Amino acid sequence: MSGPSTYKPNSGFERWIDTRLPLPRLLHDTIRTFPTPRNLNIWYTFGGILTFCLGVQIVTGVVLAMHYVANAGMAFDSVESIMRDVNYGWLIRYMHSNGASMFFLAVYIHMFRGLYYGSYKAPRELIWIIGVLIYLLMMATAFFGYVLPWGQMSFWGATVITSLFTAIPVVGHSIATWLWGDFAIGDATLNRFFSLHYLLPFIIAAVVGLHIWALHVPGNNNPLGIDVKSPQDTVPFHPYYTVKDAFYLTLFVILFAMFVFFAPDFFGNPDNYQPANPLVTPPDIVPEWYLLPYYAMLRSIPNKLMGVIVMGGALVTLVFIPWLDTSRVRSCRFRPLMKQFFWAFAVACVLLGFCGSQSVDAARFGIPLVWVARVASFYYYAFFWLILPIVGLVETPKKIPASIAQSVLGDTAAAPAE
Amino acid sequence: MAATTIEAGTRRDFLYVASGAIGGVGLAAMAWPFIDQMNPSSAALALASIEVDLTPIQVGQQVVVKWRGHPLFVRRRTPAEIAEAQAVDANSLPDPLAYNNNLPDSALATDANRATKPEWLILIGVCTHLGCTPQVSTPQMPQGEYGGWLCHCHGSQYDTAGRIRKGPAPRNLEVPPYTFLSATRVKVG
Repeated sequence: MSGPSTYKPNSGFERWIDTRLPLPRLLHDTIRTFPTPRNLNIWYTFGGILTFCLGVQIVTGVVLAMHYVANAGMAFDSVESIMRDVNYGWLIRYMHSNGASMFFLAVYIHMFRGLYYGSYKAPRELIWIIGVLIYLLMMATAFFGYVLPWGQMSFWGATVITSLFTAIPVVGHSIATWLWGDFAIGDATLNRFFSLHYLLPFIIAAVVGLHIWALHVPGNNNPLGIDVKSPQDTVPFHPYYTVKDAFYLTLFVILFAMFVFFAPDFFGNPDNYQPANPLVTPPDIVPEWYLLPYYAMLRSIPNKLMGVIVMGGALVTLVFIPWLDTSRVRSCRFRPLMKQFFWAFAVACVLLGFCGSQSVDAARFGIPLVWVARVASFYYYAFFWLILPIVGLVETPKKIPASIAQSVLGDTAAAPAE
Repeated sequence: MAATTIEAGTRRDFLYVASGAIGGVGLAAMAWPFIDQMNPSSAALALASIEVDLTPIQVGQQVVVKWRGHPLFVRRRTPAEIAEAQAVDANSLPDPLAYNNNLPDSALATDANRATKPEWLILIGVCTHLGCTPQVSTPQMPQGEYGGWLCHCHGSQYDTAGRIRKGPAPRNLEVPPYTFLSATRVKVG
């Protein structure tokens, strides 16, 4: 849908700019007239919400960096000083810390939407893969950021995550030492994590640019998963989707504000209000909620190297999804069998998250959670490597509408020429 | 027309390859300082050693001191704990190697190789799985099934000689280099 540009300069000045730096043309074509399927639902508003989240994190983060001290002896106190002394420091820090959780909440909805409606399928494979890259960068950024307050959970979370590299045969320990810049997590580690935590959001912003650029070549997928066939199937992005995005963004911001103002430590861990102590590990090390499913996979495997491989493989798997799905139909709306496996997958992810949040030897209803995590991990892999290819071949999809317009407007409205 | 085509390559081809190769080597050489700066600095490498006074440590007690940024376990074992550790066949263990910095790498994980003086077990308190500090077992609060340590992060269990017995950790707890200066004083590092 990146067809010929419809931009018409309205004045001599605009024409002068257009022939030198066609930025107004770019904006006109991408956020004004861009033809967008007319049937996008609420789940398609999360792209805009995510852009907002990135903006919030960068703005609040730049401000926090003005007051934060990246030094093992002073980091914890500087964060407390932000909370108590800096004007509105509490608000900005709570926006930043809760903003990370809201960012991940939005990205998970965005990803599950892509999975459900088959948005990763041809010709949108690269959009999906770039998205996976953004997700990985987000996890790295969130991890670095979580270390900065230098509380107990910061310190020990960093120890556990960086120690994952020691599972690599032969060179593993050298890599961990290289990451730490010392024989253990310490001042050197904190400083480099701060440097990288400041850098990565701007890399994410650049990759988001690629994500949107790639999106504007084939245009949006839609809940029907069928291609746009005529101008009747689309509406201009502005005002239709700018308004729709803004409306749902407002609802999202209300939820965000609820956490910031009424439950600012809801996602946090009380242990992180204790300064880091290298001699005492907290009884239960728990990562932030958005990493729990992977953490549960790691813990469910009783072998160090295999645990790390299973956890890393779960992420790498995401890259291959476009080629693992063999179905010709994109949207699960017309895939009765796939729809059920999809929801089972969503349940497996939540179960994994729950298992990761409990202590290692916990049990529910007499079932050790480590076994629940094992079954759920198995299903996670099976979903992508077995179910996705096989169901695509054996399933009989439901009848697919002839066009978006026909589905939305009915037969008569869709054929006005006759 | 085609007089300039030479099978073996032209001067220009040579210059391309040569400048490309020199540029590549230069780039790699310049990359190294940017990679190596992340390794421990000379200050961090200046290996610190500490001396631990053993007199206040009671039988059955463990004290934790900080050594090179890590916790160091100094445990005065009871005769029962020593006997339990000595009764284990090193070859039947998940990790049969001693990991004792005072002994050759190939030393077996017998109790004698783990604790030169049976009463004193000195270990680096870093779980070999993902680096947490394992909890020591006491008669009042047993940690794990083997009377040694339990790592609460991911459930690795160590016996009374600090050897891995159960759980995801791949190796025995490491024994640091140490020397007894006297009967009640040990130098670590």
